[in-house]
Amino acid sequence: MSNIAIDLTGVSKSYDDKVVVDGLSFTVAAGECFGLLGPNGAGKSTITRMVLGMAPPDAGKITVLGMPVPARARLARGRIGVVPQFDNLEHAFTVRENLLVFGRYFGMSRSEIEAAIPTLLEFARLESKADARVNTLSGGMKRRLTLARALINDPQLLVLDEPTTGLDPHARHLIWERLRLLLARGKTIILTTHFMEEAERLCDRLCVLDGGRIIAEGRPHALIEEQIGCPVLEIYGGNPRELRALINPYAERIEVSGETVFCYASDPEQVRVQLRGRADLRVLQRPPNLEDVFLRLTGRDMEN
Amino acid sequence: MVEGWAAAMPANAWNWIAVWRRNYLAWKKIAIAAILGNLADPLIYLFALGFGLGIMVGPVDGASYIAFLAAGMVAASAMTSATFETIYAAFGRMHSQRSWEAILCTQLTLGDIILGELAWAATKAFLAGTAIMVVASILGYTAWPSALYALPVVVLTGFAFASLAMVVMALAPSYDYFIFYQTLVLTPMLFLGGAVFPVSQLPSAFQQVGRFLPLAHSVDLLRPALLGRPGESVGLHIGALCVYTVLPFFLSAALLRRRLMP
Ligand SMILES: Nc1ncnc2c1ncn2[C@@H]1O[C@H](COP(=O)(O)OP(=O)(O)OP(=O)(O)O)[C@@H](O)[C@H]1O
Ligand SMILES: [Mg+2]
Repeated sequence: MSNIAIDLTGVSKSYDDKVVVDGLSFTVAAGECFGLLGPNGAGKSTITRMVLGMAPPDAGKITVLGMPVPARARLARGRIGVVPQFDNLEHAFTVRENLLVFGRYFGMSRSEIEAAIPTLLEFARLESKADARVNTLSGGMKRRLTLARALINDPQLLVLDEPTTGLDPHARHLIWERLRLLLARGKTIILTTHFMEEAERLCDRLCVLDGGRIIAEGRPHALIEEQIGCPVLEIYGGNPRELRALINPYAERIEVSGETVFCYASDPEQVRVQLRGRADLRVLQRPPNLEDVFLRLTGRDMEN
Repeated sequence: MVEGWAAAMPANAWNWIAVWRRNYLAWKKIAIAAILGNLADPLIYLFALGFGLGIMVGPVDGASYIAFLAAGMVAASAMTSATFETIYAAFGRMHSQRSWEAILCTQLTLGDIILGELAWAATKAFLAGTAIMVVASILGYTAWPSALYALPVVVLTGFAFASLAMVVMALAPSYDYFIFYQTLVLTPMLFLGGAVFPVSQLPSAFQQVGRFLPLAHSVDLLRPALLGRPGESVGLHIGALCVYTVLPFFLSAALLRRRLMP
């Protein structure tokens, strides 16, 4: 097998005449963490479902772990672990029972599963919860259990659809740490997320989708450099229109998101001079990040 | 679409067992309540109708009314428990609990899941039907050992009604629609299928319709077995129940594939 884990070529998918994935092509190398970013409805979950053979593409070719999908999806799934966007644990079962039942779906024997359970519980930091019912677990624990469940078949590839949505910062950091451990063990990960920090920390490469098309692709830092490339001033508290007029001559680009003005300026000092003495404003200067890239590429209330 | 069919069909002859065992594990946790709930309803019917009406109607087809009714209640309880397990419990696992979605991420296919659910519903039908037979036997209303022939028939009845219910479930957008299946299909079937009184009491047009109903085939197999009489057209009835199992299975697989793997 080659060192390509996932290969999509010209993949399209429509639902009710609405194009959801539009001629998409990308490749994920083995051992890589690849991120899918994009606003709600961009087609991220649809892509992950297509990779798993759960949604046949209308056009194009999908190969996963060297196997054509959906034709041989069942075989491919034997080497894939999945964390779905929406929780589908067995809530009436205990943590241990969830793992046991799920292992059987991969044809594992009871003794094989029981041999794997302690390691998985330790990995998910759920040793003390082995016999607790799932509906007594916190959101973070449930997500870690879902991750442990995804590892029951010792997969090569992990498909993670918004693995940390709805979690508090501690829970999120814990998941990130676990995922980095998996990457260090050589697993391949394809990940969708709305957290730019998550993508920036974990992903070797990512693509930003909108309307089922890739609008940017690359390494997080390369994308930031290429799309933004200068410091950012976040300005809160003023009238965005008036502020825009005031600082426009000194900024490379200005973006308004809600009531925040994002000002991209290679010489932020000049902008700050304009705002001096405005007690109503709060100004924060920071290096550019992936969120700026996302806002720039998918921004809706952008005027220039 | 050969590929699509592969996803909707069982991958092998044993994958479904994992689904059955998942349901068994869930059921074990609430077994006592589940058994009592399953038993209470048909037993109430059996005694209320059997004793209450039995006094008025006297012997039916050469047997006491309660002995006549026992076979009908066994068939009816297999029908309702297989149906309810499918349209409520399996629908919940597919729809709100998302258990099926989790399973579809594994080595099992949609066909494995459907088969596992049918086998589970047939198991519940078997439990419910057998329980009534046991009670009826203790009270001396069934003939032994011919009643043993009833056991595989109860399982087959369970499969047929689970399979039919799987089609209903595949089409239903929500729980609210199942009441139509219950009131417009199952309840009339109870009367047209000869479970409660002999179909010869019905106008001939209804008799003609009744003959084709799955419950009628089940009752025609169960009643002679429980009353210790020779069965008639056994092969035909078994064949009909098999058709009622197999055709809806394929139809539900096609419908569910469109629904769950769009
Ligand atoms: N089964 C379906 N039938 C009809 N439309 C669908 C179906 N599945 C997805 N869609 C549509 O496809 C589009 C993309 O959905 P998808 O779930 O892939 O988006 P997403 O990027 O995962 O969004 P989110 O960030 O909200 O999870 C949406 O407009 C959605 O309504
Ligand atoms: Mg999604």
